[in-house]
Formats: sequence, C-alpha cells, structure tokens
Amino acid sequence: MKTISAADLTRTVARLCIQANRRLPPDVAAALDRARGEEPWPLAKSTLDLLWDNLELADARQLPICQDTGMACVFVELGQEVHIEGNFEQAIHEGVRQGYGEGYLRKSIVADPLRRVNTGDNTPAAITLRLVPGEDCRITVAPKGFGSENMSRLGMLKPADGVEGVKAFIVETVRLAGSNPCPPTVLGIGIGGSFDKVAALAKHALLRPLDEPNPDPFYAQLEQELLEEINSLGIGPQGFGGRTTCLGLSIETAPTHVAGLPVAVNVSCHVTRRATAVL
Amino acid sequence: MQYKLTTPVTRADLEPLQAGDTVLLSGTVYTARDAAHQRMCALLDEGKPLPIPLEGAAVYYVGPTPERPGEIIGSAGPTTSGRMDAYSPRLLDLGLKLMIGKGKRNQAVKDAVVRNGAVYLAALGGAGALMAASVKELEVLCWEDLGCEAVRRLEVENFPLTVILDAHGGDLYESGPAAYRNSLG
Repeated sequence: MKTISAADLTRTVARLCIQANRRLPPDVAAALDRARGEEPWPLAKSTLDLLWDNLELADARQLPICQDTGMACVFVELGQEVHIEGNFEQAIHEGVRQGYGEGYLRKSIVADPLRRVNTGDNTPAAITLRLVPGEDCRITVAPKGFGSENMSRLGMLKPADGVEGVKAFIVETVRLAGSNPCPPTVLGIGIGGSFDKVAALAKHALLRPLDEPNPDPFYAQLEQELLEEINSLGIGPQGFGGRTTCLGLSIETAPTHVAGLPVAVNVSCHVTRRATAVL
Repeated sequence: MQYKLTTPVTRADLEPLQAGDTVLLSGTVYTARDAAHQRMCALLDEGKPLPIPLEGAAVYYVGPTPERPGEIIGSAGPTTSGRMDAYSPRLLDLGLKLMIGKGKRNQAVKDAVVRNGAVYLAALGGAGALMAASVKELEVLCWEDLGCEAVRRLEVENFPLTVILDAHGGDLYESGPAAYRNSLG
C-alpha cells in the first residue's frame, strides 16, 4: 500500500496545468513540424510556419501557446494499492486553482451553463477517474479549448451504415467545422459503446500520442484512410486552403449493442495539449 | 497583396482589399467577445452611448490570458467569430469597419460587410503568443466584471491579419480551399 497526500496531488496538477499550456507534447509538435515540411500550398505552408513560430515564442516568453487555456480535463489512473490521504477530488480542483493562478492562465469556466457566472479560478476540473491494478497514480492534465470542442459531434448510426457510414460521419464533421476549430486539427474518435461511453472514448482517444496508431491493424488502416480523405478536403491551415487540414487522428472502440453503431468525434486543434506525471 | 492600414479606417481604405490579401494593422483595436457584444446591443436598445467609438473602428474577438507582471498582455489569439454573428450587422451599420477573429460568418454578416464597405479579417487561431507580440499598449475600458471578456483598448503595431470577407463579396474560406482543390486537377 502506497500513500499519496492530497497536497502532493495538488502540486502535481498545478505544475501539469502550467506545463501543458506552455509546451506541446512532442508528438503533436513533431506532427506540425512534419506537416509544414510536406505542405505543397504556399499560403498554407507560411501559415504553418507561423504556428511553429508561435510555439517557439510561447516557450521563450513563458506564455500560453493559445489564449484559450481551456477547461482542465484531468485523467487519473489510480492504482488500487494507493491510499489518498485527504480529499481526492478537492485536491485536484485545488491544483487547477493554483496552476491557473500561478501560471497566468485564463479562467474560462462558468459555474452554471445558463446563468453563466465565471468561477474566477478555472475550477472545477473535469475529472475522469479509472481504477487500475498496482500502486502508481498516473495523472494527465489535458486542457481543452472550446473553439474546437464546439465543433465535436456524436451520431447514433445504424449497424447497416457500417464502416462507410462511420467514415462519412467523421469526414462530414470536419467539413462542417471548416475554419472554426483552428485547423490543422487533431481528432479523437470513439466508435461503439453507448451514448455516454462513445463520447468518453473520443475524448480518451485525444490522449493517445499521434505517432502511435491503433494496435488493431483494422483500425490503424481506418485511421490512415480517414486522415488521407480529410486531408483531401482542401480546408487547410486556418481554413485558408491547403493540404494540412488534420495533423492526426486516433480511434478508440468498445463493444456495443446489436442494434447500435455510436460514433463520436471530439475535435481538437493544433494546440492539443496534455502533460502527464506518475506519483 | 499585403496592405498596411492604420485605424480608424474609411470605406475608401478598404476598397482595394481582396479575400486572401494580408494586412499589417496598426493603431487602436478594441476587444469584445460574446458578453460585451450582448451588453453593447443592450445599450443600443436603451438608446444609450457605447463605451467605444464605432466609426471606422476595429473590434478584435479575443479574451487574452492575464498578463504577467511587467508584461503588456498575455496570450491573445482570436476566438470563434460566429458567436458574434447575431450582433455584428447592427454594429457594422453604425460604422464598425474591421472585425478580427477566426472562423465562418453567416450570410447576414457577409451582407452587412458588403453593404458597409467593411472587412472581416482573420488573426491566427491558436497562435496567442505570436498575436500578443504586436500589442504595444493595453487599457481595460469597461465591464471588468467580465474578466477575460472585459472591453479593452489595445494599441497594435503591424498586427498580422488575413482578409477573409472583403467588401466585394469575396470569402477566403470558400475561395482558398477551392483554389487548392483546383490545383490538384
């Protein structure tokens, strides 16, 4: 049995909030760098170069990469052998409060969806907890901007729609989003499960590094085909036109009901952020 | 083409601009997002004056991150403009000439842009550090209770922008992707 204090949890979450907002994960940065090398359309290439300059400037000046420092999505894989000393959820919210304050990050959360008063400290965090074997506590902070979040879609397709129906739904989501989600985008895709599960799968898919295809060759192939189809739409960086509409996408699947084929697309942008620590 | 513009601008200044041109903008730019637009339109409904002069003005849809001590502004890229579509035609008809944001606008905004000889420009979405580098001065003008959505006066120098909607009906979000697709043959 390992004991982790609430204070340790808080400090770790605070540090990850700041780190995630200032520096892209290596796989996302590498995908952007590769895209600007391969982009054939001049305006698109110069736009990608500016996005690269922005990354360097943010790092050098300790500024957030994007002003939408997001809703703090916190994913915890908690080992069953770990005992948390103190209030687990409160410790994470407090970490977000400290990180967004100390890091000069934007406070973008309203306490109520209709009455819309800002909470002033970016809390509460959106916490996803999973119990796993072992005695590690693995924390990922993935701040999510809403310019792209708002372009996400969920569809309850029919089994008869099959793989072609799923592909059409995903490509249509990107086409409808157009310039809004700050392309080039990153897509998290969920297929299967239930209405709530499929959205969680899509969100979770955004945590997988872009250089790690789905371990199932069938879905790895589908990821590749979708990426090619999306990058032939011509939307391009910022929607100005060009090849690079999407930097990469990940598909996560789950068993589903005989009568259903749920699909969810969680749209993210070229500033797809995540930072992880293991306690 | 690249143009250099300084606010306030006139219809004649904007006449040559075409969708796809780039602009380096200098001068005063006012920030306003959803809540500020809602409040401005409420003031207009009540027949009260606005906190910013609209004639020839530029409005930037942005909610910057808080500035660190000694810095002018935090990260300051554009937010999605479509959320302001409900309010923009009214402001354009009252003299607003430049809207700065990112993403698609609806037909009512496109019509108001053409009707008023205005322009809709894109800043680089997600490039908050880069956009902030052109901001030389910041003053919170009003509605501080809105936090990042408060109305601010920015003084900018060579703020890098791309023309999306021009005064002649051009739309880069349509013509840009179409031109790329045509290049593939």
